[in-house]
Amino acid sequence: MAPPNLDHVVVVGGSLAGLRALEALRHDGYRGQLTLIGAESHEPYDRPPLSKDFLAGAADAASLALRKQGYDDLDVTLALGAPAHSLDVDARTVGVGDDTLRFDGMVIATGAHPRPLPDQPDLAGVHTLRTVEDSDALSERLEAGARMCVIGAGFIGAEVAATARGRGRDVTVLEALPQPMVRGVGPVIGAVLASLHRDHGVDLRVGVGVESITGGAHVERVQLADGTAVECEAVLVAIGAVPTTDWLEGSGLALDNGVVCDAALRAAPGIVAAGDLCRWPNAAFDDEVMRIEHWTNATEQGTHAARSLLAGGDAEPFVAVPFVWSDQYDVKIQSVGRFSGDDRMEIVHGSPDDYKFTAIFERNGRVSGALGFNMARRVIQYRRMIAERATFDAALAFAAANP
Amino acid sequence: MKIVVDFDKCKSNAVCMAVAPDIFEVRDDNFLYVLQEEPGEERRGDVEEAIRTCPTGAISVEG
Ligand SMILES: Cc1cc2nc3c(=O)[nH]c(=O)nc-3n(C[C@H](O)[C@H](O)[C@H](O)COP(=O)(O)OP(=O)(O)OC[C@H]3O[C@@H](n4cnc5c(N)ncnc54)[C@H](O)[C@@H]3O)c2cc1C
Ligand code: SF4
Repeated sequence: MAPPNLDHVVVVGGSLAGLRALEALRHDGYRGQLTLIGAESHEPYDRPPLSKDFLAGAADAASLALRKQGYDDLDVTLALGAPAHSLDVDARTVGVGDDTLRFDGMVIATGAHPRPLPDQPDLAGVHTLRTVEDSDALSERLEAGARMCVIGAGFIGAEVAATARGRGRDVTVLEALPQPMVRGVGPVIGAVLASLHRDHGVDLRVGVGVESITGGAHVERVQLADGTAVECEAVLVAIGAVPTTDWLEGSGLALDNGVVCDAALRAAPGIVAAGDLCRWPNAAFDDEVMRIEHWTNATEQGTHAARSLLAGGDAEPFVAVPFVWSDQYDVKIQSVGRFSGDDRMEIVHGSPDDYKFTAIFERNGRVSGALGFNMARRVIQYRRMIAERATFDAALAFAAANP
Repeated sequence: MKIVVDFDKCKSNAVCMAVAPDIFEVRDDNFLYVLQEEPGEERRGDVEEAIRTCPTGAISVEG
């Protein structure tokens, strides 16, 4: 099939995946009209520092810009500050405010937003974290000396807890499950994460349910299901993210906890998706359909989706071994591949006691994932074995030969 | 082609090492080491990919 004739490509979502798509379109020779629709009024900026250096006060807003060299060379119309509210797949139009734009190629990259608590009150001092404004607001509370209560011990909750401790604040972390991230990493590594935070003075309470968040004009306490309460001046709700697909309801695209795509990230003819909202079958893991909420994935998918759009019927599948990093205190965590807390896990290098170790995970006889604390080099070595679909026994043999 | 890393920007997250482990290595001391400062021209594709995917924009090349 010949590549499609494209005169106007619209990218919706002005962040990491959308920007990488713009760059790849121009890099690969697309010369037609290009428009970026972004709900935020900022040019694309980087989110990982929002829970780390930027929240710590060690980085300024200018340093967050994803494209320091500006946008002139991309020859793109930046339509920032208003969200797309509707898509008509058959008519090839997208609605923004009172305007309707025609397109013949589209990249959907509207990402994800924080999942609120059921009945989350609209009280001053209750925060979520996704945008630079969110991080600024949280930073102001920390600056004012707030005692902080973090609900949810996932990556973002854990990083904010670490940064708040670094700023000398009292921090309580509430986790509904018996260990932090136990579903993702299992009880052994969950316990290591728990002791890491307790070592740094976090009051970590696991297996607790949140009953309500209460206060007067301002949040004052989090009431727990066991009858106790946490007194605090700031609450961060960090219980996960929801893909931002509300504007696609009724468009005819398949939505199921994200935008459902084929192996080449196509949602419909001439429409591709990338980043936190993209669900696709990944051939690196027996075509398991997955959605990944991490930086490297958004970068790689943004680039790949643009190429798929230009290639039309000849598009290549996106095959990837997911990669995540997280910084907590002085620990650098790297995690690669696909695994869950129920999979067999072996610690093959180092020891959790000094927060320096590598663990590998098994699925269907193969090594499917690796996670390390302060051992990036090892984790990357297993990433290659995962990509090559090595057996778990081969990974164990490699570990034994490379102590 | 000479690889230059701005170590003030680098956060040792090892994204570059995932792309080209024979050129970039984050060791157990959590510092990034450039194993080949002047890799051959045949590695330009991987080096450009590392530049593009480095989350902090710490990598560049001269020449
Ligand atoms: C605090 C924080 C820390 C993180 N730390 C790490 C980390 O250490 N390591 C890691 O691997 N990953 C990390 N991540 C995840 C990483 O930042 C995301 O995976 C990445 O931002 C996803 O990019 P995206 O472009 O798909 O979506 P997003 O970054 O969510 O961007 C989507 C954009 O689309 C806009 N938008 C939404 N709806 C519309 C609409 N209808 N019309 C137009 N525009 C719209 C949004 O406003 C937003 O600007 C972190 C994320 C956060 C929030
Ligand atoms: S990808 Fe960039 S920030 Fe990460 S280790 Fe490499 S140079 Fe440093």
